[in-house]
Amino acid sequence: MHSYGGNVSGRMFDFHVLDMIELGIEKFVSLKDFKNSKFPEGTKPLLIFAGDAFETDNEHKKLKSLLIDFFRGPTVPCVRLAGLEHVLHITALEGKIYLRSYKALLKKSGCRTPRIELEDMGPSFDFTMRRTHLASDDLYKTAHRQPKALKPKKKKNVSHDVFGTKYGRLHMQKQDLAKLQTRKMKGLKKRKGEKAEGEGEEVEAEATTAKKAKTQ
Amino acid sequence: MAACSIEDVLAKAERDEAEKLKSISVHKELELEFDTGNLFAFDKNPPDTREFKKQNKDEFLRSLARDNTQLLINELWKLPTERVEEVIVAKLPEPTTRLPREKPVPKPRPSTKWEEFAKLKGIQKKKKTNLVWDDVHKEWKRRWGYKRANDDTKEWLIEVPETADPNEDQFSKRIKAKKERVAKNELNRLRNIARGQKIKVPGVGLAPTDQQSKTELGKAIHVAKHSTASVGKFQGNLPKEKAPKNMGKKRQFQPLIGDFSVEKQKQLDMLNIMDSKKPRIDITKAVNKQMREEDRQSGFQKRKSPGKKGRKGNFSGKGTAKGKGKKGGPGGGSGGGKNRKPRMKQGKR
Repeated sequence: MHSYGGNVSGRMFDFHVLDMIELGIEKFVSLKDFKNSKFPEGTKPLLIFAGDAFETDNEHKKLKSLLIDFFRGPTVPCVRLAGLEHVLHITALEGKIYLRSYKALLKKSGCRTPRIELEDMGPSFDFTMRRTHLASDDLYKTAHRQPKALKPKKKKNVSHDVFGTKYGRLHMQKQDLAKLQTRKMKGLKKRKGEKAEGEGEEVEAEATTAKKAKTQ
Repeated sequence: MAACSIEDVLAKAERDEAEKLKSISVHKELELEFDTGNLFAFDKNPPDTREFKKQNKDEFLRSLARDNTQLLINELWKLPTERVEEVIVAKLPEPTTRLPREKPVPKPRPSTKWEEFAKLKGIQKKKKTNLVWDDVHKEWKRRWGYKRANDDTKEWLIEVPETADPNEDQFSKRIKAKKERVAKNELNRLRNIARGQKIKVPGVGLAPTDQQSKTELGKAIHVAKHSTASVGKFQGNLPKEKAPKNMGKKRQFQPLIGDFSVEKQKQLDMLNIMDSKKPRIDITKAVNKQMREEDRQSGFQKRKSPGKKGRKGNFSGKGTAKGKGKKGGPGGGSGGGKNRKPRMKQGKR
């Protein structure tokens, strides 16, 4: 026997209520009822949503957004891999929403990535969605707007290909092509005295090599 | 024989790999969507309702959760890691899920008068180079700022134009012009800000401030009174107006060549003080310092304890009590303390 009027969770935007959703609790199992060790409070949870209702139904979409906001925790730049213990799994099934909280055990698998075993830790809820008070679509749009400062900064002279290749641009000063350092062809060096002959010979040699190349 | 064994070894290695991967691989109809920056995973696969009804509900949910968590962990283990104080830590990318903000996006800066004019006329900003060639120094210098190119205030030779007064200082004239330009720029900047914030700025004179203190009002009255042609000599007083005290100089210096005997006495006294073994204690200063310390301590305690109202309420109470105490303290202290000579205003000791 549950009381009418379940839990109402909501959000604010610009000092007004953005949305409110009432969730009636069908079944509740508390933390104390699960007899196992818990983990420290404040561990950032791994939040998983299952069920296509969260994609198709508008109210479920807003509920998903609300639950994300509620359970997310602070945004951190890095996370300790061994400390990922809390798993919150929310399933939307047959009109009901099941919230289960698990403790993740990282078991040895053959490779670097561990195998996961879950231990039900509680609390666990069976919700039904009751009344909702959602804002209009354009209010949601305004609330989701991000200022330009938060957008990732574009790096100058760096571009990305369709295939994901990273390209960079180098800006060089004008080079004197006459003074470029190239490969030295010792054979083509001009020797003293044999200037005119040498040129003639070289030209012939080049012609013969060219002919040879063609025949090959 | 050797060839067979090699093939066997390879096959066995392949099977072992498959076995290893089996333990962490999960088969799903639709791939999950991940937001690793937030540690999220979204499974869009419709859950198997038949299985759900057959099995124990919790068991079904747990196996589903285990599969999804395995996939999310696989994704997280692909991230680059680094070692921070003997702990392996994965660097998370930026979160991709868009969530609504609590407060609206801040409004853009109000545009200045020039920006409005440029928008009206369609004037585009021309990007200028940072460096300009300075012919005098024969090098590239900044366009403006410290050690800029073509700085006319730094010229060592200025030709006096024929129309100018020969006794005029051309160098200081240029420096003054620069200062005027800087001041004008600053004034315009402040006017732009005032216009943006809708603050009223008077055309001439000072802007009125609200909630002036007694001293400020007294000063304003004094200034107004003495702003006449006769410097306030013939201005009458209001019925109960008292002449303001402490209107003169805060520090008074003795004239250079004054009373010689008095000066000699002062110097000898100074030497006596320096010679004496006993330290000179300024009772008033000591008492005031002690009271200030106590005030600070009590203020710190009050700040630590919660309740802003309590703080505000106590403030006035403490203030009045302390005020009375302060006035009583030095009065009693200086009277009862050493019999000192009247304060010699020669500046700080």
